[in-house]
Parts: sequence; C-alpha cells; structure tokens
Amino acid sequence: MDLFNNLIFGFGVALSFQNLFYCFVGVLVGTLIGVLPGIGPLGTIAILLPITYSVSPVAAMIMLAGIYYGAQYGGSTTAILVNLPGETSSVVTCIDGYQMAQQGRAGPALAIAALGSFFAGTVGTLLIALFGPPLADVALKFGAPEYFSLMLMGLVAAAVLAQGDMVKSISMVVAGLLLGIVGTDINTGTQRFSFGIFELTDGIGFIVVAVGVFAVGEIIANLGDNQQRRVLSAKVSNLFPTMQDLKQSFWPVVRGTGIGCFFGVLPGTGPAIASFSSYMVEKKLAADPDRFGKGAIEGVAGPEAANNADAQCKFIPMLTLGLPASGVMALMLGALTIQGIQPGPQVMTQRPELFWGLIASMWIGNLMLVVLNLPLIGLWVKLLQVPYRLLFPAIMAFSAIGIFSVNNSSFEIHLTALFGVFGFICMRLGFPMAPMLLGFVLGPMMEEYLRRAMLMSGGDPSVFVTRPISAVFILATILILVVMIAPAVRKRREAFTD
Amino acid sequence: MNLEFLERKDFWSGLMLIALGGGAVFIARNYQFGSSLRMGPGYFPIILGGALVMFGVYFLIQGLRAGAEKLEGSWSLRALIILPLSLVLFGLLIDRAGFIPAMLALIIGSATASTQFKLVEVLVFAVFMTAMCVIVFVWALGLPYELITGIW
Repeated sequence: MDLFNNLIFGFGVALSFQNLFYCFVGVLVGTLIGVLPGIGPLGTIAILLPITYSVSPVAAMIMLAGIYYGAQYGGSTTAILVNLPGETSSVVTCIDGYQMAQQGRAGPALAIAALGSFFAGTVGTLLIALFGPPLADVALKFGAPEYFSLMLMGLVAAAVLAQGDMVKSISMVVAGLLLGIVGTDINTGTQRFSFGIFELTDGIGFIVVAVGVFAVGEIIANLGDNQQRRVLSAKVSNLFPTMQDLKQSFWPVVRGTGIGCFFGVLPGTGPAIASFSSYMVEKKLAADPDRFGKGAIEGVAGPEAANNADAQCKFIPMLTLGLPASGVMALMLGALTIQGIQPGPQVMTQRPELFWGLIASMWIGNLMLVVLNLPLIGLWVKLLQVPYRLLFPAIMAFSAIGIFSVNNSSFEIHLTALFGVFGFICMRLGFPMAPMLLGFVLGPMMEEYLRRAMLMSGGDPSVFVTRPISAVFILATILILVVMIAPAVRKRREAFTD
Repeated sequence: MNLEFLERKDFWSGLMLIALGGGAVFIARNYQFGSSLRMGPGYFPIILGGALVMFGVYFLIQGLRAGAEKLEGSWSLRALIILPLSLVLFGLLIDRAGFIPAMLALIIGSATASTQFKLVEVLVFAVFMTAMCVIVFVWALGLPYELITGIW
C-alpha cells in the first residue's frame, strides 16, 4: 500500500513539534481573520508571507494552508451567530444558520457546521493523496508546449469561471502577465519596464502586489462602505446536535462534499459558488423546501461541507501541476518560489516531505479546528467587538512591517501604496483582482515556456496542436470559451452573480 | 453635448486599459521584437499590451452606449488619499527617523482615514501597538531596525 505508507510518512512529518506548532498558529490566525469581516485570507496570507522566510518550507506551507482553511471555519461562526458572513463563502450559511440561532439552536448549527467541514476536509485530504501522485506522473512528461498550453487553459478557465464580467477578468489576467514582465529579461539581459529604477531590475515583489491590492486596496474600499456592526443576538447554550439533527445532516454533508470537490479542482470558482450550489441542491431535494430560510439544518450542513471541500481540493492542481486555481493558491505558489522551490510535479518526488507533510497537516489542522472552534466560540464573539476603526490601522502597520522586512526597502513601501490605489480603482470599476495575481505569478513562466516551445519547433506555432497533450489543453480552452459565451450559460452566470 | 458617459463604469475601464496597454507598447517599442523563432524581449510585452488596448476599445464602446452600468459605491476619497500617504510617510520616516516614529505616523495617520476617528483613543492605541511591535518584531524576532535614529 503505497498510499498508506506515504500518509504515515506525511503524519510523521506533520506531527513534529515545529510543524504542529505552525499548524496551530495557522488555523488560529485563520479562524481569527475568518471571524473578523473586512480582512480575508488573501490579505492575511500576503501580510504573513515574509514571516515564513525564516522557517522551513514545510512549516511555511503548513501555516499558510492553516490560515486558508481556518478562515472558512471562522467565517461560518459569525455567519451563524450575528448574520455577518466573515468570508464570502459563508454568505449562504447566514440564511438558515442565523435563523437557527434566532430559534435558540445556535449551538447545534455551529456543531454541524464544524462536523460537516471536518468530514469534507477529511475527504478532500484523501482525494489529494489519491490523485496527486498519478497527476504528477503525467505532468512529469510535459515539455514546454504542454506547460504553455496548460497555463493558458488555467488562466482562461480562472478568468472565465470567476464571478463578474468575463472580459474584465481576462483583461486583468493580461495586465497581470504584463506586470510579471517588469525587470531583467533572463535571456538577453534587457531591462524591461524598470524606468531606470534599481529596485525594479529584479522585478516587482510578489508580496508588494498582493499586500497592495488585497490589504491596502481592500481597506480603502471597506472604509467607503458603511461601517456598521451588528449586535450579537443569540446565546450559545447547548452545543450538541440531536440524533435527528445528525440524521438530517448526513446526506447533505456527503452531497456538499461531492459538490465542493467538483468545483474545487476547477480553476477560478471560489468556494462561494460551491456553497451556493450545494444550498440549491439541498433545497431542491428536500421533501418540504418551505423550511429553507427558516432554520433548516440541511441549509447549514451542505454548504459548509461544500466550501471546505472546495478549499481543500484547490490544492490538487497547485501541488501536482504547479498551476494555481485561485488567488490564495497563487500566493501559496509564490511562497514556494520564495523558499527556492520550483513549483510543479517534481515537488512530489524531490520534496516528498513537503507534499505528504502538508497533506497530513491539513487533516490534523481540520481536527484542531473542530476542537478549537467549539470551546472558543465565546472568545471569537468578543473579538467581533473590536471596532474596524482600530482594526484597519493595525492591519496597515502589519502590512508595512511585513513588506519592509523583506528587503528593507522603503521604495517597496511606496510601491505598495501605489498598488493599493490601483487595486481600489480596479475594484470600483468592476475588475476582479484575483485573476491579475494569477497572471502575475504565471507570467514569467509562460513567456519562458513560449520561447522554448518556439525554439523547439523552429518558430512553428502548430506545435501546440500537433502534440497530443498540448492539443487537449488547447481544445479544452476553446471549449470553455465557447461554452461560456453561449447565451444560455451567460444568463445563468448573471443569476449566479446576483 | 451629452456627457452622461462620464459616469459609466465601462467608459473609464476602457480608458484605463487603453492607457495601460498603450503605455506598455510605447515603452516596449524600443525593445528588440525578434521573430517567433527567436522571440526578443519586446515580443511578449507588445502582444500583451496590444491585447489590453483591444479590450480597452471594447469597453470604451460599451461605455459610450446608452444604458451602460453607472459608477456606484462610494469612492471614499478620504481613505483613497490618506491611506497611501500614510504608507509613504512610513517609508520616508523609517529610513530617516527610525522604527518608532514611522510606526506612530503610520497608525495615527491611517486612523484619520476613518470617519469615526477619535483622537484620544487612537493615540492610546498607537502607543500600545507600537510598543507591541517593538517587542515582537525588533526584540523577539530581531529585525534590525533603529528604534529612533541616532538615539536608540
């Protein structure tokens, strides 16, 4: 049993004292920012990236992953208790979760959310362990044309499936690719877009872009919106769900997990789409759909499982192919690169401790969350009372320290300010920012693969369609574009966005 | 003349993309373009810049059509100006005056971006946060910053 041995090896890595500690820190910080509205996992991971420089790559990845799925848990806590979705993925949880809390059943709602998420997390972890190695084996045979086509497909899919205007997403991907070009061209040594500024000869820092757009830009946008706080209305008394609750939740959790895993491996679909779909399915399947919106436990169980499964399965393309399927995964990829690890299928064979350790730590982290979340609910609720007017200056301070600690360069601080303004303007004009980050991360690699592919084929672009694997990716890219432009799907997309 | 299009999202989106893409092509025109066999440093940026201009023109036309979506939401001008400026201030101060002045300026400065700004509360909070950061980042994690340049 290869899988079995590998998992045992992974648990050996994840259970070391240092890695357990970083896993704990990760899920704790993740839950914290999940509870707090106005700062999401993207911004937090970007701010905390510099801290991970000094630790081992395994510990760094374990902590960042913990922040990511911890945020999903935290987001649902506030959704249920105060009708305030901490993350976009828990918007759906508000509908029935808050109703349950109003009826004095906040405890069971929270418990089911946690247990459902744990189940989904376990399945997601197993899926990565099962499908990771064979996928990586296939990917090891890829040459430059295959990689280029794969990245093209990933970027197009991410842009097209993301919420909002499709053409705007694609424009942002292109803008990101352009940003990635800044710096010294590795083939000729030509300075590109560096304006004679010394700090730009190495390219724009990944963290500068991420923190600028997702922390500073986000805060500017938040300050424009109304800052009102909702008061806690429900008391959490009895945590334990009844037998009836468990029975009612079982199949929704299983279905939600399936839905989440499906959307999880698709690039560009955020956990919000997974949880929304799961809610729709449960409502359709229910014998009495009238109960939904009035505190139906299925409406909490399914979506919560779905968003956690989605979060977990997003790791599959990132770990095996080096292809980020979402903004957070682009950050993870950046973290790997910063640690000096070239992302891609070779990670699994060259750094098995990284791959299996991370997988095992995800399961441990999910377990920690169940244990951590339920007893600490009182603490999380208190945290909600920290007013945003004090929260955001603190975030600004951490952002500045984080960026400055990388190169001790005040130029990068100023550049971050610039990206904050740029990010805010883009958001207000309706441009999604995650696709830009994907383009920015993949840009330099894509250019390099394109060059190599062209050298290989003697300048003949047909190489992308004559090599079978590459042809499949190109075909899939065209298919995605055609399907999404079709009028019927377009209409449904608009309904989704609403 | 009807200037209603100035309020439309897509009009401004188009302008922004055209400026970005056009700027990229303009700068990259000096880089060697090469051929598709041996792509020069100018090849990729010019193609990408061209694509951005194309998307920009598309949005510009969309924006000029009647009934296009209008700009909405607050532009939070106050935050849009104050937050980047306080970051710039941090950058200037940390090189010249040290970690403590830079942190205080950043926290107090950015706090004024909120419409619910309360002076005393923010002052106390800023001192507390700065002290925490000195303890955690400079003393515990050992980041090599001068606390107050020339003195500490």
